[in-house]
Amino acid sequence: MTITTEARTRRDRFTGPAIEAEHLVKRFEDMTAVDDVSLTVPQGTVLGLLGPNGAGKTTTVRMMTTLTTPTSGTARVAGHDVLTDPEAVRLSMGLTGQAATVDEMLTGRENLRLIGSLYGLGRADVRRLSDELLERFSLTESGNKVVKEYSGGMRRRLDLAVSLIAAPPVLFLDEPTTGLDPRSRVELWDVLRGLVTDGTTLLLTTQYLEEADQLADRIVVIDHGRIIAEGTALELKDQSGQAAIVLTVSHTEQLEEARALLASHVSEVHVDTAARQLTAPADGLSDMTRVAAVFDRSEIVLDDLGLKRPSLDDVFLSLTGHRAESDGDRDGARAEQDVQKGESR
Amino acid sequence: MTQASATTTTSSPTARADAPRFRPPGLLRQVQMMVWRNLKHTRRQPEMLTDVTIQPIMFVLLFAFVFGGSIRTDSGSYREWLLPGIMAQTMAFASFIVASGLNMDLDKGVIDRFRSLPISRGSVLIGRSVYAIIHSSIGVFVMSMTGLAIGWRIRDGFGNAVLAFALLLLFGFAMIWFGILVGSAMRSVEAVNGLMFTTIFPITFLANTFAPTEAMTPWLRSVAEWNPISALVQAMRELWGNVPPAPPSASWPLQHAVVVSVGWSLLITAVVAPLAIRAYARRTAD
Repeated sequence: MTITTEARTRRDRFTGPAIEAEHLVKRFEDMTAVDDVSLTVPQGTVLGLLGPNGAGKTTTVRMMTTLTTPTSGTARVAGHDVLTDPEAVRLSMGLTGQAATVDEMLTGRENLRLIGSLYGLGRADVRRLSDELLERFSLTESGNKVVKEYSGGMRRRLDLAVSLIAAPPVLFLDEPTTGLDPRSRVELWDVLRGLVTDGTTLLLTTQYLEEADQLADRIVVIDHGRIIAEGTALELKDQSGQAAIVLTVSHTEQLEEARALLASHVSEVHVDTAARQLTAPADGLSDMTRVAAVFDRSEIVLDDLGLKRPSLDDVFLSLTGHRAESDGDRDGARAEQDVQKGESR
Repeated sequence: MTQASATTTTSSPTARADAPRFRPPGLLRQVQMMVWRNLKHTRRQPEMLTDVTIQPIMFVLLFAFVFGGSIRTDSGSYREWLLPGIMAQTMAFASFIVASGLNMDLDKGVIDRFRSLPISRGSVLIGRSVYAIIHSSIGVFVMSMTGLAIGWRIRDGFGNAVLAFALLLLFGFAMIWFGILVGSAMRSVEAVNGLMFTTIFPITFLANTFAPTEAMTPWLRSVAEWNPISALVQAMRELWGNVPPAPPSASWPLQHAVVVSVGWSLLITAVVAPLAIRAYARRTAD
């Protein structure tokens, strides 16, 4: 018997972009949460939707995952329109919401069983897949524990595992690492990279620049419901602010000599004596190789020579005039979540 | 686990043999899983059952032994008279269970998770309702046992006895819609509990549940006797043979208690169900 049932065939026989949003708009009574957002995510890639709290990230995801109806515009997931064929969209995607939406009073295994059964997986399949997923997310030992006893990181991992039980080709992750400690965050990133390697398409929202930088093939920056920039992390960085050559001299006594040498090749040199560091604006890699060659021929000993591109944080600042990441950072995660909950309703 | 599904290879007949099989589940199966989930909750937290066990038993004991001595009824024994009242109250509280459970699921995003699945949108509500009926039925069972222990008896025929229980469940069904309405409209479980305790709770007292209406001032008596709970309680008392038919001085609803009780339950459902569905749809739409 062929394994591919009708539902699965319907779900998987598709070669176009995994996600396409066309002019999505969502207006609430008193505000426009999402204002003309269009994006395309090719299969097997990761799109990072980056923006501060209240930017409209969650609402955008909710429209693309059929949880809320767009005021205008539409989206397609695996080729299925969210407005005309929401059922097929739901069959094609998994969603990991902002708060871990696992059932606290069930065990990890029971959570997997609940969602697996609702997808229509048979008992044997559910058991086999649960074992695999628990193993993969390092939850095997906690599989029979009630989720209430899980740590934040474990909940997140279980949440993700639950979203994967039906092996959806497209996965939406709304701030998957909000509220996690740095270690759990890095662990989750590894898991997500693994999914992409296996061919899953990811759309993840984040307010952490580093996260977008680490995971996303392409980044869409959103603020006040509008897309304000998009591209690869590199493109975004190139788009705003200039790169700089950063050069660290090994011996302080050679610092002045190095400065003079560098100054003869570039327009402007900034000296940081304490760090034995020289910084000069550069147009790109060619400038740096030129400088490297010059110093190679000189007697000056260098600890380090590199091209520093602006960080995404700089990019965000130059694009929006404010920083993306709040100072409270992870400590404020709970408060942030509450704010976003307000946004999502 | 295979994630090859995102590539085009899965569409060929050579798809990985361990790819999960989809058998889109029918509504019945979906509801079954929702109920399963709630039953698991109850098993993990047996204290969830206090509202249909310890609480009504306490009420029975309080009223039967503390107030009972000074309440005069048209039944041979106050305890026998009291029991149908307690049962109706327990069933009215079915709405509490639905309201707080639904509100918690909405608040924690569990409903969003369900809504992202390829399942019927009704299964969540139907599942909750079925669970609420099971929950309240436990209460009815416990009350029946308590009643039998303190002297309540079913004195009429089997058919009438079953009819009384059916009326009770029908009323519970109507109250569930009220629970869905409140659970969807309120923003927190605290708000749900607050509203329920200030509405349903007094309403269950402003009736013939614990004391006869005859002694009330005329306007209050009318209010109490037109209370849907009074018709239900009167109907159960008559069907179980606990009291003689209502006196001629009683209001019209009590004279035709069985029919009126059915009518009330249908009317409440007809009015509240659309409001409840609308409130739920609005709550989940944004």
